Amino acid sequence: MANAALEHGAVQHGLPGAYEAPLFGAYSKKVGMWLFLASDSLTFGALLFAFSYNRIYTPWPTPFHAQSIANATIMTACLLSSSLTMVMAVFAAQRGDRAWTRNWLLATMAFGTAFIVLHGMEWSKLIGEGLTIPGFPHPAGATAGELADVSKNVPQFPATFFGLTAMHMLHVTIGVIYLGVVAFRKWFLPVLGVLWIAGYFLIPSDNVFHYGIHALGLGLLVSAVILFLKPKDYDAHDVEVSGLYWHFVDLVWMFIFPLVYLMSTRIN
Amino acid sequence: MQDAATHDDSKGQYFWVWGALLVLTAIEVVLGYRQVFEPVRMLEVLLILSIIKSALIIGYFMHLKFEKSLMRWMLVLSVTACFVIMYFFFFPDAGRVMPPPNGVGLQ
Repeated sequence: MANAALEHGAVQHGLPGAYEAPLFGAYSKKVGMWLFLASDSLTFGALLFAFSYNRIYTPWPTPFHAQSIANATIMTACLLSSSLTMVMAVFAAQRGDRAWTRNWLLATMAFGTAFIVLHGMEWSKLIGEGLTIPGFPHPAGATAGELADVSKNVPQFPATFFGLTAMHMLHVTIGVIYLGVVAFRKWFLPVLGVLWIAGYFLIPSDNVFHYGIHALGLGLLVSAVILFLKPKDYDAHDVEVSGLYWHFVDLVWMFIFPLVYLMSTRIN
Repeated sequence: MQDAATHDDSKGQYFWVWGALLVLTAIEVVLGYRQVFEPVRMLEVLLILSIIKSALIIGYFMHLKFEKSLMRWMLVLSVTACFVIMYFFFFPDAGRVMPPPNGVGLQ
């Protein structure tokens, strides 16, 4: 046992030992996350291709006015800034500064939460104006108007728009929970629980997020299981790997924003 | 074991990358607001800008620029190959379903 530990240590310091050097020159968690992100990029790729495919052979609406574009631009700035704070968190973790690691992760989570809230408001506005898909709750007064006509005549638009952006919003939500667990470990769970319950009771039942908030409940369950199985103090490698996930979420939005919003603008 | 922290890392470059990403986003928004190009050309320009932005994010923020070349090439080539295959499967079919009047069909 002692020999095994010694040999493992020798490999870590670049000396010859019993184990081969890793193929990609990186620790396994990082390689694992990269492989997951490569597969996840194909999920988003398929959704973006579906969006574009429908757009090619359908008379496509242009429902995004100046207010929507301004909102989406602020959301983009939030995500880009969150990537910078995430880089700062990785730097702090690598120099062993626990307080600043937590602070920068908290800043990243704040930007991510701002993105989710702004996106939720945008969704609620569009649904309130009549853009919907089967299964969504119908707020009062959302049955007539330009977007209600779009939902009736070009159902491909709301289907692909909501499908694509919901998948991305879910990824951002998972990212915020992931960073919360890395930063605060088990102390993040009660916060998540309170947000879940408060969201469920505070969001009106004719709003789609009254049901969507249950993603937090699912996140709470998964986080609790992970923390039960691995109740450890997360190190600099864990912060770096969570950063890879977070930057990926930012990266995907760099394609959704121009393809979905900027290509469907109508500025009067 | 090579670590991400072993290369010469300066924080300043990340601020430059962040600034460049914000400027590129501003350019995209101006193009979208002013409707500078016709739709197909607009799509091309926006996609090129998005690819530049994603390269900056992957290279600097995700540190792929500083990883071993084997990992760099394996990830970039495999994902790119998958997207190229998807492209050739999807788009000829999209045109077959209902050929658009101008040959492209973007509204």
